[in-house]
Amino acid sequence: MPQEQLEQIANDLVERAVRGGASAADAVVSEADEFSVTVRMRHIESLKEAASKALGLRVFIGQRSASSYSSDFSKPALDRLVERTLVMAKITSEDPQSGLPEARELGHYDGDLQLYFGDVAALSTTERLDLARRAEEAALSFNPRIQNSEGATFDSTTGAKAYANSHGFSGSYRFSTCALSVVPVAVNGGGMQRDYWYSVARQAGTLDPPEAIGRKAAARAIAKLGARKIGTCRVPVIFDAETARTLVGHVFEAVRGDSVYRSASFLAGKLDEQVAGENVTVLDDGLRLSGFGSRPFDDEGVPASSTAVIENGLLRNYLLNTYAARKLHLRTTGNASRGVAGPPAVGPKNFYLAPGKHLLAEMIRSVKQGLLVTELIGFGVNIVTGDYSRGAAGMWIENGELAYPVEEITIAGTLPEMLRHITEIGSELEFRGSIAAPPIRVEGLTVAGL
Amino acid sequence: MAQKDTFFADTYGIAPGNLEQYLAAALSDGGDYADLYFEHTTTSSVMMDESLVKSASEGISMGCGVRVLAGEQTGYAYTDDLEPAKILKAARIAARIASGPARVSTVGLSAVEPPRNFYPVASAPTDRGLEEKLNLVRRADAAARAYDPRIQQVRVSYGDQIRHVLIVGSDGRAVPDIQPLVRLSVFAIARQNGSFHSGSYGGGGRVGLEFFADDHSPEHYAREAARQAIVQLGAREAPAGEMEVVLAPGWPGILLHEAIGHGLEADFNRKGISAFSGRVGQRVASEMCTVVDDGTVPARRGSLNVDDEGAPTRQTVLIESGILRGYMQDKLSAGLTRAERTGNGRRESYEHIPMPRMTNTYMLAGQEDPQEIIRSVKRGLYAVYFGGGQVDITNGKFVFSASEAYVIENGKITAPVKGATLIGDGPTVLTCVTAVGNDLRLDPGIGTCGKDGQSVPVGVGIPTIKVSQLTVGGTAPRASSSFS
Repeated sequence: MPQEQLEQIANDLVERAVRGGASAADAVVSEADEFSVTVRMRHIESLKEAASKALGLRVFIGQRSASSYSSDFSKPALDRLVERTLVMAKITSEDPQSGLPEARELGHYDGDLQLYFGDVAALSTTERLDLARRAEEAALSFNPRIQNSEGATFDSTTGAKAYANSHGFSGSYRFSTCALSVVPVAVNGGGMQRDYWYSVARQAGTLDPPEAIGRKAAARAIAKLGARKIGTCRVPVIFDAETARTLVGHVFEAVRGDSVYRSASFLAGKLDEQVAGENVTVLDDGLRLSGFGSRPFDDEGVPASSTAVIENGLLRNYLLNTYAARKLHLRTTGNASRGVAGPPAVGPKNFYLAPGKHLLAEMIRSVKQGLLVTELIGFGVNIVTGDYSRGAAGMWIENGELAYPVEEITIAGTLPEMLRHITEIGSELEFRGSIAAPPIRVEGLTVAGL
Repeated sequence: MAQKDTFFADTYGIAPGNLEQYLAAALSDGGDYADLYFEHTTTSSVMMDESLVKSASEGISMGCGVRVLAGEQTGYAYTDDLEPAKILKAARIAARIASGPARVSTVGLSAVEPPRNFYPVASAPTDRGLEEKLNLVRRADAAARAYDPRIQQVRVSYGDQIRHVLIVGSDGRAVPDIQPLVRLSVFAIARQNGSFHSGSYGGGGRVGLEFFADDHSPEHYAREAARQAIVQLGAREAPAGEMEVVLAPGWPGILLHEAIGHGLEADFNRKGISAFSGRVGQRVASEMCTVVDDGTVPARRGSLNVDDEGAPTRQTVLIESGILRGYMQDKLSAGLTRAERTGNGRRESYEHIPMPRMTNTYMLAGQEDPQEIIRSVKRGLYAVYFGGGQVDITNGKFVFSASEAYVIENGKITAPVKGATLIGDGPTVLTCVTAVGNDLRLDPGIGTCGKDGQSVPVGVGIPTIKVSQLTVGGTAPRASSSFS
């Protein structure tokens, strides 16, 4: 479906809702082509291809609202959708803060954010298959201990999203992403370890070479062989970029306005306070070219911008959609995010910890005894209290050298303390999603094992 | 078709002749087997926050997924449009996984009703009036706030869905099912001296709205969420290191889901990448442990009449008196390893390829008095409620995070401790089970399991058990005053 047609559907829905009695309305319409191929042990394991579409409508009757979604675009289905949504809106509560953004807050970012590249859709099935084959082959032939594989997958999505509201805003944009990942299994005696590596990009031409991805995944799996459990201790912990990213993700959860106004965040009520060391600056950049969180306007029609979240340790801004902003007597930061179901939530743009000066290798060299964490599992993070306790695996560091792999341990502390005790920040920052971080060193965590 | 449920025929005019045509297209390049998964799901939800009904939402998603199997290979395509031309196109795309002339043909479909109905509901929750649902969330909100003046914030969410499916295989079977699913959950925040703590609880299943009474009442869920939040106000640091752990009955069954469940899914074992691969017949648990996966428990969230490949669900013994007996199978893995299907082929929706998944996974009750089990512990942790868990199925290491736990000192439950993650080794953790209680309980019915990006509703259950050694990921070293 052409992009203009999606926008037309969004506009029609809004118009129908208003005609049916809504005092305001907005609609999102999206469409995507999805492709995925997995190669396992050098043979195609699965091949998937499909096109999908969906739309979501939100209506307001005064200060009451309701929403609905559908993948059925037929006229009878949409008639019923509009009618049902209006009925629902009549029985929800009057909420003084509900509503669309002010008309003057709406708009598009004018420049080209480079979110769509034709080379993704242009790849033939054979070329996609070949990328997956090459990535897995590089992993399998990296070392004789790589004896099995969960496969290599190339997947891609190209599509378009449109948004319209009854203030007269209407816009749409196209996007593309593709990713290549591989999960090899290393075997040594009775032990077996798997690990992964991947590359993701909006432009197929900028994906890492498949061989590099395969080799890196294989090296990571082999490095885990012979992992042991260590004694319970309190030591410096270095998080590599992939695990540091999850910590920065918890910071995002804590600064999202919908958690803050409910006091469901350890950072609620802390605006303009020192919440982290002076070396910590966290930004949310909506304008990053080809960024995975970049878009010309958010899911309420507010134009993209950049927000300083933490500056030299001072909490400067929460991330807000219109509703959370009104609850906190602030202005929206353009972080409204919604699928097609339900009202807008708050999502990251390109949310990241600003890099520091140290190479990861130097950070490791400066640790006498400590832990390099390369993997975290589980959900033991409480954003309300900031309590943190997760399963971990990585490498033990002895006199500045990686000594041996460790597993079956946990690391625990509290997020407020961790933010104050980030003693080193790495220089290597790479965006592999809408949240990114360089490696970091954190003091004061408890490592639990034997 | 002579089936009783004729939803897709009535609503979208899908006739047996069409179905045979789609299957023929799917097998036109020489696939071994093809199936069509028609789905039409309607959902409704309401959310109350700050005592306001802030949102009410409804939705419809529908489509058809076409799968083609050729040896170990799977071709998949789907459409969210049930026009014949669109389904035929999807079938031709899925067909391309194979190469060669058509070898299989389907002549004469027969409608097969699911053998039993594990979720008869008087009226579908999606058809009930919104007022009834609003009443449930209002009652929960009021009960949570009334529990204690320190309860500051309450959020209640209600959601239901009704899923019509029609699964048509090239073996000639066309199986319809109607699957209701409902849940009500409460999240409460308590405040004392400027510090905030949260609690959450809820329940549901493949039931109608009449389910939410007595032990399943909105008030019960609300008080339980509020109680957890209040308990946390007085929690000290959790201990760190290996220790004896007693799991309360019910939710803590998530141990089984993570420690052994995923590792016993047949796809991982067929490929030899599970820590349990090749271990059928071996001891993987103490002889007190018998663990089953059971898709047939009436009205449970994880139950199904037929799995998402049309096979009847059943109770499958995974571990019998400590010995590993078998894996959870889908069609592909069962076919390739000549094993019996177990009704565990599941998928999130028509957009997804089915794979082996758990249904309701639980340990059978043992002999011991739960109070005696607690009394037998000199120093350890008593874990009552858990949030999520995760496992690395290849090295077997798993975690699950306690959200309500207490220290046991000299056989008595004493102080509450902060939430902590517990970590262990799947193939050996159950060998450390030294007591199994007589009090099997299933979880309250709000669990969801994720695998390869697909979410499906599941259940877990366990009696009180004692594990002699498990690593607790707190912050207080054992020597410290908070744990001595």
